Amino acid sequence: MKGLQVELPGLSLKNPIMPASGCFGFGREFSDLYDLSMLGAIMIKATTVEPRFGNPTPRVAETSAGMLNAIGLQNPGLEKVYHVELPWLAQFDVPIIANVAGSTEEDYVQVAREISKAPNVHALELNISCPNVKTGGIAFGTIPEVAKNLTKKVKEVSEVPVYVKLSPNVTNIVDMAKAVEDGGADGLTMINTLLGMRLDLKTGQPILANKSGGLSGPAIKPVAIRMIYEVSQQVSLPIIGMGGVQTAEDVIEYFFAGASAVAVGTANFVDPFVCPSIINELPELVDRLGVDHISEITGRSWKTFEKSNHRA
Amino acid sequence: MIVKELCQITSQKEIAHDIFELTLKGELPNSMNEPGQFVHMKVSNGLDPLLRRPISIANIDKKASEFTVIYRKDGRGTTILSEKQPGEKVDVLGPLGHGFPVEEVNKGETALLVGGGIGVPPLYQLSKELVQKGVRVIHVLGFQTKDVVFYEEAFSKLGKTYIATVDGTAGTKGFVTDVINNEELNFDIIYSCGPTPMLRALENNYSSNHKVYLSLEERMGCGIGACFACVCHTADDPTGFSYKKVCSDGPVFKAGEVLL
Repeated sequence: MKGLQVELPGLSLKNPIMPASGCFGFGREFSDLYDLSMLGAIMIKATTVEPRFGNPTPRVAETSAGMLNAIGLQNPGLEKVYHVELPWLAQFDVPIIANVAGSTEEDYVQVAREISKAPNVHALELNISCPNVKTGGIAFGTIPEVAKNLTKKVKEVSEVPVYVKLSPNVTNIVDMAKAVEDGGADGLTMINTLLGMRLDLKTGQPILANKSGGLSGPAIKPVAIRMIYEVSQQVSLPIIGMGGVQTAEDVIEYFFAGASAVAVGTANFVDPFVCPSIINELPELVDRLGVDHISEITGRSWKTFEKSNHRA
Repeated sequence: MIVKELCQITSQKEIAHDIFELTLKGELPNSMNEPGQFVHMKVSNGLDPLLRRPISIANIDKKASEFTVIYRKDGRGTTILSEKQPGEKVDVLGPLGHGFPVEEVNKGETALLVGGGIGVPPLYQLSKELVQKGVRVIHVLGFQTKDVVFYEEAFSKLGKTYIATVDGTAGTKGFVTDVINNEELNFDIIYSCGPTPMLRALENNYSSNHKVYLSLEERMGCGIGACFACVCHTADDPTGFSYKKVCSDGPVFKAGEVLL
């Protein structure tokens, strides 16, 4: 579609819209509803070395304008993702971004090395920010030096560009972004979910079996916008923005903040047709902004020079 | 085929205490081909509540292009839904999931339909289809108390209907399993929907020498199998990695298929 093509490290996207990891499985359920080739890319569900069943249920709890989840990285494991899910996805003309997760550095390295060999995997998303697994995970995403070292290790073995998914559960997200940039990351995806909890009013106990979970949905959008606004001014890496995107207007806001592409997460659970809807609505919005290409509006919120140019 | 449609409310009635019967009109009934499936409803146009509400289909009327759901007003979402008036539109996604296999019982045989509380509604469409096929149906419907009993008459028109209430204010005092034992009911197959302890009792008591099909309830996110909120272990691998998704593999499972 005119004006929507985006070029990012490893990714040549026909449009900047992609389902976020964990919100789209491996695409099978949605392939019955629409042609997955219309998507800019697909971020597949986090893959670990071994299969994982994930956490006990209840795994989700609704919140105001959002939801908490503690799925616990359920996935069929590297071998099955590589030999079954990825070849199945190859029937669609869409680049895959493989989300890589683990509990130890060795786990991440092994998944990254193997999964990046798949022909349709054009980039990795290093998941150092899942709040719902007990071991590892979150530590990699909250300590800059640890994140940097892991990024470096994964970069050494990956055959495709590596995007690091940042956690919002940190005091200073810019420090994290700079650390993974130093580690050699090719891009950033942000933000992962915010840690939260809901209690049952009858029992007084947490609703989620895991007790706490990750908050997603429209409720977290302002947090994501602020963080992308800060990070995009301090690092030179392209950012795939995410967090509460529901509409084409939300996508524009993410670009203004500093994103170069946008992932849609929780909204897929509310309206499984949301990605095609947004893609269809975007050209008109871009047109209305008076630009030829959506990339021109990346960072408009802080690029004051360009803003004054437009006024003139 | 899953469709998302704005369906128009043609009727909304409180048929028992906090139990509502809602009938909607649209193209959706044309895609409904199995009793026991459910629809996923967006009760507000805004962001709050955000997620849809899964509600099982109680009646399908293809001729009138209508379908009916019965739900309990129990939280914020269903309270908003219960305030909607005829003429208003509701965003409905469906039909979802796999329903009761009607083909598992033959003409002339007897099916026992066991429902508990808000698990009763999908049995109504099932019963209608079984009767149409020439299957003899017996209903055993359990409720907490007299005030929340519904559809007793509608079920009675299709076949013998027993009511049980926990407090004994209507029908037999006790659980549905008490009725099945006391009445010494004979049947070839059981179809059931209701609370897990009830399903577990039916599985334990009858699945060794009867076909038993159970419809499960679980907290859901997307309703189409993408979010992994409603997974359960399979019975043959109770602590391993194999799983079923209640929304898309179920909600109806053969007894013994998943861990209850």
